Amino acid sequence: MQDFAASFFEAFRLVISLDPDLLEVVWLSMRVSLSAVVMAALVGFPVGAFLAVARFPGRGLLVVTISALMGLPPVVVGLVVYMLLSSAGVLGPLQLLYTPTAMIIAQTILVTPIVAALARQTLEDLHDEYRDQLVLYGLGNLAQLKTLLWEGRYSLLTTLLAGFGRAVAEVGAVIIVGGNINHVTRVMTTTIALETSKGNLALALGLGFILVTIAFAVNALVFMSRAAAVRHAYA
Amino acid sequence: MRENLLSAVQRQAMPVLPVTGADLKVSRKGRVLLDVDNIEIAGHGTTVIVGPNGAGKSLLLNLLAGLRQPDRGNVRWNGTPPSRSRYCRFGMVLQHAVLLRRSVKANVEYALRAVGHSRNEARRRAEASLGEAGMERLAHASARVLSGGERQRLALVRALATHPDLVFLDEPTSSLDPASVMAIETMVQDASVKGMRAVMVAHDLAQAKRVADEIILMHHGRIVERAATDDFFQRPQSETAEAFIAGRLLI
Ligand SMILES: Nc1ncnc2c1ncn2[C@@H]1O[C@H](COP(=O)(O)OP(=O)(O)O)[C@@H](O)[C@H]1O
Ligand SMILES: [Mg+2]
Repeated sequence: MQDFAASFFEAFRLVISLDPDLLEVVWLSMRVSLSAVVMAALVGFPVGAFLAVARFPGRGLLVVTISALMGLPPVVVGLVVYMLLSSAGVLGPLQLLYTPTAMIIAQTILVTPIVAALARQTLEDLHDEYRDQLVLYGLGNLAQLKTLLWEGRYSLLTTLLAGFGRAVAEVGAVIIVGGNINHVTRVMTTTIALETSKGNLALALGLGFILVTIAFAVNALVFMSRAAAVRHAYA
Repeated sequence: MRENLLSAVQRQAMPVLPVTGADLKVSRKGRVLLDVDNIEIAGHGTTVIVGPNGAGKSLLLNLLAGLRQPDRGNVRWNGTPPSRSRYCRFGMVLQHAVLLRRSVKANVEYALRAVGHSRNEARRRAEASLGEAGMERLAHASARVLSGGERQRLALVRALATHPDLVFLDEPTSSLDPASVMAIETMVQDASVKGMRAVMVAHDLAQAKRVADEIILMHHGRIVERAATDDFFQRPQSETAEAFIAGRLLI
């Protein structure tokens, strides 16, 4: 018990003193997960938008598939990306395994279905509501879509935050493709796993504290953006 | 004079009027929703469409606006099917008008930008339009928090701000207080005096009398009677019209 108490104090000291090792890990986590969310937005928003307005054979199946992919187990994604990037894999020559880029790729795959599926739902509802009104403005498809994206801005922001929450808390994929290499590919979740198993509870607890804070902050942002949208009747 | 009010895009666009519908039929599950042999909207003034709930008034307007396709028949704007580029000369207030999730002014600006005005020009005209309608006080409010009457007035300001040649209004005053009804009727009449052709669905005969130059009565998807306002009320040609005027016509 005394060990635990000491660990708590040490963890607290690490956080308060902005320990460089700790900051490095936090910074990489943010960089990887934010990059993954940006990539997921670049792919997921157009895909979601297209599925929201287009009608073609097989669309229903695609919608269901993307929804199902929201529940992809991170370790399986890690495994698949590992096989692609390993020296025997098709992308082996790029030598990306055990780099932050590999972790960004894996998290992008995890987050993209979330962004695409939630964006599709948001934009489809908006499209149903706005269709006639936008036709009356004589707008083409792209101009209509631009308007829908702006009209759905609060919901879409929530979508991105949800994606970020999933990415930053995820451990299975990044530990496989990143390898948890000190000063190279250590992020908060993988470091917590490693340091805990090594018995170094102070660092693990410090990072755990920061991770929980970030998770709470993301949820608070979601909540505040919804509240702001409702307050201004933009929901 | 009026030409100055139009943007470059509007001037290039082909005319909308006359709007015609020929042999329009819509049915769902064996039920005939609309069956109109012939309708033409041309000339000047305000046409008011009346009829019981479910008579097909909204459906007819939406077909003529190019928002729906009939099962049979066709709609023509000046001889050709409704085309995207001509919506800039056409305005419409839908029965359930959709206001954008933006400020009141931004809603009007959006409509003006859509017909090709520059950002500055759109802002200037939006301010002027809201001023004329006595809504400048609300310019920066969120459109979605407006009261029912304000919402309808905004929908109308937005539709009229682009100075369309033709405007369709689907029950623009339903469930509004008398002052809001008056404000909306006045705006329509002012625009009509300046040469805008208007077609308005009304459920209120008193309103029809006040604003209509001619009346179309619809029942069960058909046009039962079309006549100048005085003739319609003083010399109804059909039993259906008589019953409707007397308030005895049920769905
Ligand atoms: N998309 C639709 N599918 C099925 N029925 C419809 C549809 N749109 C309208 N209707 C029916 O068509 C009839 C006419 O509707 P509408 O034009 O809205 O009447 P109103 O004269 O009250 O405006 C109603 O009976 C309505 O239920
Ligand atoms: Mg109606």
